[in-house]
Amino acid sequence: MTKAKSGRDGFGKALLELGEKNQNVVALCADLAESVRVEAFANKYPERYFQIGISEQDMIGTASGLALSNYIPFATTYAVFAAQRANEQIRLAACYNQANVKIAVSHAGLTCGEDGATHQALEDIASMRVMPEMTVIVPADENEAYEATKASVEWIGPIYLRLGRTPVPIVTNDTSPFQIGKARTLKNGTDVSIFACGIMVERALQAREQLASEGINASVINIHTIKPLDKETIINEVQHTDCVVTAEEHSIIGGLGGAISELLAEEHPVPVHKVGTQDTFGESASPEELLEKYGLTAAKIVTACKEALGQKEQNLKRVRS
Amino acid sequence: MANTREVKEIAKRIKRDVIQLTSKNTGHPGGAIGAADIIAELYFNRLHHRPSHPDWEDRDRFVLSNGHICTALYSAMARSGYFPIEELWTFRKLNSRLQGHPSRIDLPGLETSAGPLGQGLSIANGMALAHRLRGSDAKIYCLVGDGEIQEGQVWESAMTAAHHHLDQIALIVSWNDIQIDGHVKDVMNIEPIAEKFKAFGWHTIEIDGNKVNEIKNAFDQFEQNTGAPTAIIAKTVIGKDVSFMEDEAIWHGKAPSAEEATRALEEIGTCSFGTDLITKEEY
Ligand SMILES: Cc1ncc(C[n+]2csc(CCOP(=O)(O)OP(=O)(O)O)c2C)c(N)n1
Repeated sequence: MTKAKSGRDGFGKALLELGEKNQNVVALCADLAESVRVEAFANKYPERYFQIGISEQDMIGTASGLALSNYIPFATTYAVFAAQRANEQIRLAACYNQANVKIAVSHAGLTCGEDGATHQALEDIASMRVMPEMTVIVPADENEAYEATKASVEWIGPIYLRLGRTPVPIVTNDTSPFQIGKARTLKNGTDVSIFACGIMVERALQAREQLASEGINASVINIHTIKPLDKETIINEVQHTDCVVTAEEHSIIGGLGGAISELLAEEHPVPVHKVGTQDTFGESASPEELLEKYGLTAAKIVTACKEALGQKEQNLKRVRS
Repeated sequence: MANTREVKEIAKRIKRDVIQLTSKNTGHPGGAIGAADIIAELYFNRLHHRPSHPDWEDRDRFVLSNGHICTALYSAMARSGYFPIEELWTFRKLNSRLQGHPSRIDLPGLETSAGPLGQGLSIANGMALAHRLRGSDAKIYCLVGDGEIQEGQVWESAMTAAHHHLDQIALIVSWNDIQIDGHVKDVMNIEPIAEKFKAFGWHTIEIDGNKVNEIKNAFDQFEQNTGAPTAIIAKTVIGKDVSFMEDEAIWHGKAPSAEEATRALEEIGTCSFGTDLITKEEY
């Protein structure tokens, strides 16, 4: 683990490089250019940058019009203002049109911090995941955000790229190349599988170390693409452990935990314990305080793993008796 | 290219198609009939388009924002060669490319899907920005309903179009003073319309949207306008030329019965452009 930067930083860096490489890449913003790290692109390529003002619904429509005319637009704002304010515009103008729009959003989740509950999107993965045609990516760190941004230009169709505001340690340095829809197994294990996304990947790795010291062998898989879900990797993995914990900076309803539960209920039913916010809004505080208060910690993942293992044991006993 | 007399005749054909289609297959006749003259002028005289090559990059684009009046658009598209005229009968049926509200991915030639009101101008703006980047001077015509401009997004996009000087855009407001729950001025007043657009930095033109020569003049003027987008406030009559439909909110979305359709077709009158989808006897 090396120097800490945020997901939005990785996005901004990649966007700037894309601007150089691909003349069809354009960017739009709704008055948050610095904050969503689109400013460098705007300064370097002013003719391909469109300030839309504080009108996110209009921005999604405009981006879709550009996409329907063969450009590759990145529409940028905060997660709440895209996935939630402009939800129906994303549904019609982007998804139903099969428009090649990339919606890159920052300040997702509790690590948005002091701005408080109004700005902390904890429901956006759910509302984006449910849209036909939509691809949902939640990078774990700056590196992965960089790679995901680059990959999203090669991918045809709307993408929701969920980025964080707060710097987190880099955890994806030495893994396989990034590929949309292909999960990254960071650590193998035999007792319990931890599927994590975003900033919770780092915490899952910490939890794994704690568990190892107690004699429990957990695997850690980075599910950076929530949709399309990498079913093959997940099922293969769960066939070894028969026991799952999910961890995400999002509600336990409808996000990564929801997606994996849906898959496993049909294909390979096993205990699934979810770490995430418990159907609640956040509040103002530092990111670290909030993650602690709302249980998005390595300790919570450890507890969830033990509970899931307990349930697996019970199920086995029931089968044996 | 079609002159005033020819466009009027084509509009009559569109109105007849709208009556027949909605009567048999349901849909929204009133606004479609009221906008028939505008759509006829666009598809048969104004747009630079190639119905056999709907993806031609430099085409002018028609963005229908008030998707519920799509029967008029489908009629104009079929009658100008985008797809076989008989296919109109599939409107609103299972597996049809002619969805109840336009579906871009199903029907080539549709510039966008629509139905949820208020979004068309934003999409048109994006297309205009794309044209500009590509160095194309193709035009974009966007049609909205008058009730539709109650949506906040319309005014967001009105600001965007003016701010970015999108003078390739003509927004046509079909001002029939009717929406679902009644007269627009009673439900939620939107007047004065032209003054609002002026205040937003637009060129404005006010016309009778059921008079083809006025429509032609307005588009001619739009083509000369520079520096700002053009709003054409077109006074239209819902159900124009069908006496029992005119200015009646009920005809926004009600399908005419067989008898009502017969009467409507009589009042619209016979048409020398094209032939009827079905004969009177089949009703
Ligand atoms: C966002 C949204 N809200 C509500 C509707 C339902 N709706 C369909 S048409 C309509 C009235 C539209 O009035 P207007 O734009 O004046 O069209 P006209 O009646 O003249 O055809 C409404 C409320 C919708 N399609 N989209």
